[in-house]
Amino acid sequence: MTVLHLLRNRAGFSWLLLVAATILSWALGADHGTGSMVAVVVLAIATIKVRLVGLDFMELRHAPIPLRAAFECYCLGMWALLSGLYIWL
Amino acid sequence: VTGSVSTSSVQPAHRIPGEAGTWVFLFGDMLVFGAFFVTFLVERAKAPETFDVARTTLHIGVGVLNTLVLLTSSLLVVLALGALRAGTRAIATRAVAAAMACGLVFVALKVFEYVSLGAAGHGPGANAFYLYYFILTGLHLFHVCLGLAALTFVLTQTRRVDLSPTRTALVESGMCFWHLVDLLWIFLFALLYLVS
Repeated sequence: MTVLHLLRNRAGFSWLLLVAATILSWALGADHGTGSMVAVVVLAIATIKVRLVGLDFMELRHAPIPLRAAFECYCLGMWALLSGLYIWL
Repeated sequence: VTGSVSTSSVQPAHRIPGEAGTWVFLFGDMLVFGAFFVTFLVERAKAPETFDVARTTLHIGVGVLNTLVLLTSSLLVVLALGALRAGTRAIATRAVAAAMACGLVFVALKVFEYVSLGAAGHGPGANAFYLYYFILTGLHLFHVCLGLAALTFVLTQTRRVDLSPTRTALVESGMCFWHLVDLLWIFLFALLYLVS
């Protein structure tokens, strides 16, 4: 059993996605003005990243339905709430 | 809840990671931080230009680096758990130690940011943005320290020949707390460095 073998799974792939998403959100969000819809996209990327951490690092992908549903609701709720506050306040 | 890591690497189809009670604490923490995020955006709405100008004074490169450091530490923790389940304790020990080193790098980078912001006259009293920046990142930094303590416990367990189901659940709970630290930082990075 090698380190490479242990990393060749969904979590390893998710880490690559998370790094790419971090760079993407940096490129998108570093230089936008106030009230820009870019912020909503950046928040969506952050939410997708949080979901990946929960599902593949915390192993919630294989958790009982109520636990996974609570986490999915948290992710969706946070994105909707934060984006709504950003747009409408 | 969970099986001993040394007896089987086969996981049931649906299982709760770690101790079931840990999730009450983890979700509570996530909701408390969610309330802080909401408060931050409400304050931002009162002075969006001030927040946007203040945001550009942060070291975004350090913020990105800190995100990558925490993501990598989380992957190392996942690697450690896989190694424990596979019975390769030496890899698990080294992976947890490397994850802790990443955590210490995060702390060092945060201290560097605090010192350089303070030196530039952007301390907590400068305006509402900096006040929230120091409160939110300070609370998160406290969680990083708690997470490092949890990983210290995990490190001691990786050296055991056999882990009981109870200890295995505690190890997984400690690991989940470290992932929570990562998860909260992802929202904080987006809100403080990119959105505000």
